[in-house]
Amino acid sequence: MEKTVNQKAWFLVLPVLILVAFSAVIPLMTVVNYSVQDTFGNNQFFWAGLEWFDEMLHSERMWDALGRQLLFSGIILAIEIPLGVFVALNMPKSGFWSSLCLVLMSLPLLIPWNVVGTIWQIFGRVDIGLLGHTLDALGIDYNYTQDTLAAWVTIVVMDVWHWTSLVALLAFAGLKSIPDAFYQAAKIDQASRWKVFRYIELPKMMGVLMIAILLRFMDSFMIYTEPFVVTGGGPGNATTLLSIDLVKMALGQFDLGPAAAFSIMYFLVILLISWVFYTVMTTIDRREG
Amino acid sequence: MKINSRAVVMTLYLLFLLLPIYWLLNMSLKTNTEILNSFTLWPRDLTLANYATILTDPAWYMGYVNSLIYVCLNTVISLAVALPAAYAFSRYSFMGDKHLFFWLLTNRMAPPAVFALPFFQLYSSVGLFDTHIAVALAHCLFNVPLAVWILEGFMRGVPKEIDETAYIDGYSFGRFFVKIFMPLIASGIGVAAFFCFMFSWVELLLSRTLTTVDAKPIAAIMTRTQGASGIDWGVLAAAGVLTIVPGALVIYFVRNYIAKGFALGRV
Repeated sequence: MEKTVNQKAWFLVLPVLILVAFSAVIPLMTVVNYSVQDTFGNNQFFWAGLEWFDEMLHSERMWDALGRQLLFSGIILAIEIPLGVFVALNMPKSGFWSSLCLVLMSLPLLIPWNVVGTIWQIFGRVDIGLLGHTLDALGIDYNYTQDTLAAWVTIVVMDVWHWTSLVALLAFAGLKSIPDAFYQAAKIDQASRWKVFRYIELPKMMGVLMIAILLRFMDSFMIYTEPFVVTGGGPGNATTLLSIDLVKMALGQFDLGPAAAFSIMYFLVILLISWVFYTVMTTIDRREG
Repeated sequence: MKINSRAVVMTLYLLFLLLPIYWLLNMSLKTNTEILNSFTLWPRDLTLANYATILTDPAWYMGYVNSLIYVCLNTVISLAVALPAAYAFSRYSFMGDKHLFFWLLTNRMAPPAVFALPFFQLYSSVGLFDTHIAVALAHCLFNVPLAVWILEGFMRGVPKEIDETAYIDGYSFGRFFVKIFMPLIASGIGVAAFFCFMFSWVELLLSRTLTTVDAKPIAAIMTRTQGASGIDWGVLAAAGVLTIVPGALVIYFVRNYIAKGFALGRV
């Protein structure tokens, strides 16, 4: 749509600007402030320059957490995106069953995050949980508080459980917007099921899939509550993702300087990757008109 | 016999989704003795005592009230500021609009963990600590950008000729917006409200950091069950089940728009 140039439109944006400035810019400046200062308590601060950044960049703890975080986000994207598309392709297109599927699938999305953690914490326990008990009965050694692999499997499965529906719903919305004529044309051409998917459904879903990847990447990169409730970052530091590490540092040990420097770098990483996704997304948007 | 593979896939997937929830429900209806001493697939000794504990103790049920208050406040504030902004983004081009839009989105990308401590200090210093409005404002950080994004997507679908016709007919901007434009994007407003509700309802880190007693959300109160005598599993499960209820109700109302909403109006 052709947009009119109108500078007065700024007035309409002003409330948002003020509100977001209050709740984002001021706190962010506090973080910047801390990141360049040191304190001995008593609210006495002095200039520390880029010392904290330097320290954090050479801190093994942060690189380890970043590595685990990238691994986690990578794994869940690799599972959730294909699985979500697969589920969407199998969903009933309309009618009662379609509505029922939509409602049931959205259910995990609206459960408070720490309850999600609690659900899986209980579900995976060997003594009282269905999953843990079944695995134990099958003779599989499974204990998510002791064993690194079990802890990872648990938080990955939990995230798949929690968020695959989001991808599926997005993909489903994309599929529903494809006109029937496309499928009829494919039928006349005797296109195989795979070709229909590859040349009709996938390109039409690209826009929404980009949103799905963007949302899932951002949210998995900031994940805190669910793994914290289930494993508390353990065993050892095996599941200490970036946010968990940051909260430990800022609110637990009150190391404001390093935590602030950490925050800023953390935010910049997310921003950079999201910017790439966003640019790709808007390009696709524009190409489709 | 012909097996419908679609139905099989969907059944398996829904089973995977519902099993953990069923298990929570199952536990909430058992006594602690049954939970800990015997492994049962359904409650043998059906009891509602766990729910009674929650619904009769103000320390428990006020958690739900607190959560609902700040969630609703947040939804109203987010929509009120996002509506005009989304209109501006969808209709006009102005200096710096694209940068502004991306900057707004970056706030949706900001990790709450980064903001927890600064928020705590900011709201303490302005005397809003432990109030509902503090949590509602804090949640605006990610809900306002999201609402703007969704609404802009829906508004883009409304032809511009409608605006122009209304202005020719002598409508003022305010009257046009409320009388004509808002009914046209009613489903978009519903979807945006749903998302604000959802993300505010599920968030814990910020709401827990910003409250101590008076506005403490239910999700934070749930940690109370870890008492000296171990965890009260039954009550914990019951509290968990009750947190699912409001979400399930809201989903039911927007079920027909949910898919489009998740696509942020961009289908």
